[in-house]
Amino acid sequence: MSKDYKDNMPITRQKFIEELRRYEKGSVSRRHFLGVTGLGFATAVMAGAIPGLRPSKAHAGDLGDRVVLATWPNYHDEANFKAFTEQTGVNVQVNVFGSNEEMLAKLQAGGSGWDVFVPTNYTITTYVGEKLIEPLDLKQIPNYEASAFDPRFAEPGTVDGKVYAVPKDWGTTGYVVNTKHTKGKKLTTWKEFWDITKTDFSGRTMVHDYQLTTIGNALKYFGYSFNSVDPKELADAEKLLLEVKPHLFAINSDYQPSLRSGDAWMSMCWTGDGKQLNSDMPEMEYVIGKEGGEIWSDFYAMPKGAPHAAAGYALINFLLDPAVNAKEVLAHGYPVGDSRTNALLPKELLEDPILYPAKELLDALEFGAAATLTDPNRAELLARFKAA
Amino acid sequence: MQGKWINRLLLAPATVWFLIMLVLPLVFVAVFSFGERAPAGGYVPAFTFEQYLNLPARVTAFKNTLMLAPAGTLAALLIAYPLAYYLAVRASPKWKTVLLVMVIVPFWTSILIRTYAWIFILGGRGIPTLLEFIGIEGLRLINTPFAVLVGIIYGYLPLMVFPIYVSLEKLDKRLLEASADLGSPPLRTFRQVTLPLSIPGVATGCMLVFILLMGEFLIPALLGGGKVFFIGNALVDLFLQSRNWAYGSAVAATLVVIMLVTVTLYMKLVARVGEQREDVSIL
Repeated sequence: MSKDYKDNMPITRQKFIEELRRYEKGSVSRRHFLGVTGLGFATAVMAGAIPGLRPSKAHAGDLGDRVVLATWPNYHDEANFKAFTEQTGVNVQVNVFGSNEEMLAKLQAGGSGWDVFVPTNYTITTYVGEKLIEPLDLKQIPNYEASAFDPRFAEPGTVDGKVYAVPKDWGTTGYVVNTKHTKGKKLTTWKEFWDITKTDFSGRTMVHDYQLTTIGNALKYFGYSFNSVDPKELADAEKLLLEVKPHLFAINSDYQPSLRSGDAWMSMCWTGDGKQLNSDMPEMEYVIGKEGGEIWSDFYAMPKGAPHAAAGYALINFLLDPAVNAKEVLAHGYPVGDSRTNALLPKELLEDPILYPAKELLDALEFGAAATLTDPNRAELLARFKAA
Repeated sequence: MQGKWINRLLLAPATVWFLIMLVLPLVFVAVFSFGERAPAGGYVPAFTFEQYLNLPARVTAFKNTLMLAPAGTLAALLIAYPLAYYLAVRASPKWKTVLLVMVIVPFWTSILIRTYAWIFILGGRGIPTLLEFIGIEGLRLINTPFAVLVGIIYGYLPLMVFPIYVSLEKLDKRLLEASADLGSPPLRTFRQVTLPLSIPGVATGCMLVFILLMGEFLIPALLGGGKVFFIGNALVDLFLQSRNWAYGSAVAATLVVIMLVTVTLYMKLVARVGEQREDVSIL
């Protein structure tokens, strides 16, 4: 946003959204930024409600002229979308979201207008239970070859024997620490994460504005399960969080800018962000707590009554083409469970310890559970922690 | 007879608008606030006061809002009044329009983008780095109530400047001359003529800023780092994260009641000041 910033005054809604995209590319805007501002919600509503925001008809075929994708920030290769539009004449309209809760809230409210969205493993049974998604017609996704996918990251998409979602990529939730400030000490556990926050790193640590990970990793301090909904264990986690709160730099999942500027020294962190930070600043070390923590996988799914279902299937199929998917990986920095895609990726990436942590670290990780996301006590706990 | 119909016709669009956009949503909020959260989030009908009994869990959010909103309003007033006075009374007519446009210019860009810029200005590489040059070290600005206050003043200043400007601009210069002719020194003229006559502008500006601030969530979210929490932020969390519509509605309804009470008290206060002004003019 340098020189065209001035050209754009007064700013139109469309330009505003473009500005926002630019922010995202600069790693300024992340899940939480959108979450707290409610912007994911707002753009989705706006994009659907204002005809002027829709891309003009290119060369409409049987698939129609557009497809609406609800996804996370910095999660795709823009060039792939362009290629898809060139091949099919279908414009990809992207709505960026802040959290799984926000996505769920939008679908529950109805009339999302999405054709494809990107839910995380632990949400899928809830979507099925609430009758918000439909089983996929796999005949329309020939590029999804079940045998090529690591079952660990594909199975949550299948509920009661029906495939509701196909795997996009997977990752872990650890933390990133600026080793310039650790005085040579190597951090390896969640206990150290919380303890150093209360001492040497006071005022320098960030935690996610996301109950699943912030509470889950506070539970790990005591060695409890990441998914615990036990009232006593949650009470311990709350006590720790309230004790740590005055020492935090921020409660915000938009952590890259503060880490890059040096204001924050450590933050809870997802694989791709860890990879991006470490590539640009080698002193940024990605740590998976020895006690465990979260492993997750994201999926492509289609909401019930998707307005452009045919185009939605075409988009999923296109993105699962191994050659396309490999470009996606290079853009977002998260590993995929597809052996065909991995065959096309550079060796260094496949051996990268941030993307593919050592087995003993991976073994301790837990997949988030459906109850963890929907548990009202956990949601209220995080809200209390933030409001305290 | 005809006049009556014209009146109705004139009011019809606004009435329909208010019924659909204001009354109806408020009814929803009121009804939801006595309900319960559905297991996976949302709302199930019920009749319980549980949500209202839960309000103490958000007391800090109410406290933050009720402290920072008036503080922001007051600070904006203290900065806006001299500026508006300068623009209306002292600026040369040649420059007046240009200066006024400069006050509006920030509105041409979204508040979101402008607030985001403040993250970098107040962040470690912004003002604190500059202050290090003059020997003030280790100052933390971002993610503090101070940062939120700065953002608030920045964002809402034009809304305060304009009403005051308008009331000062309308001010009859002959009154000032009369006051001077009758031997009043400038300061006394300001106190007894200019200030009382600009009270309507001050009152409007304060009300405008205060009401908007009470519902603010963007500035605390961005400049408070999730640590300075307003009711607006609590509401965003309750509807988009916890999906607890019932509790969210109870918090929202409480906010509406607090607003009604404070604004009513405020109007009474302003009316009383107005009466006093008349007394002064009679004397």
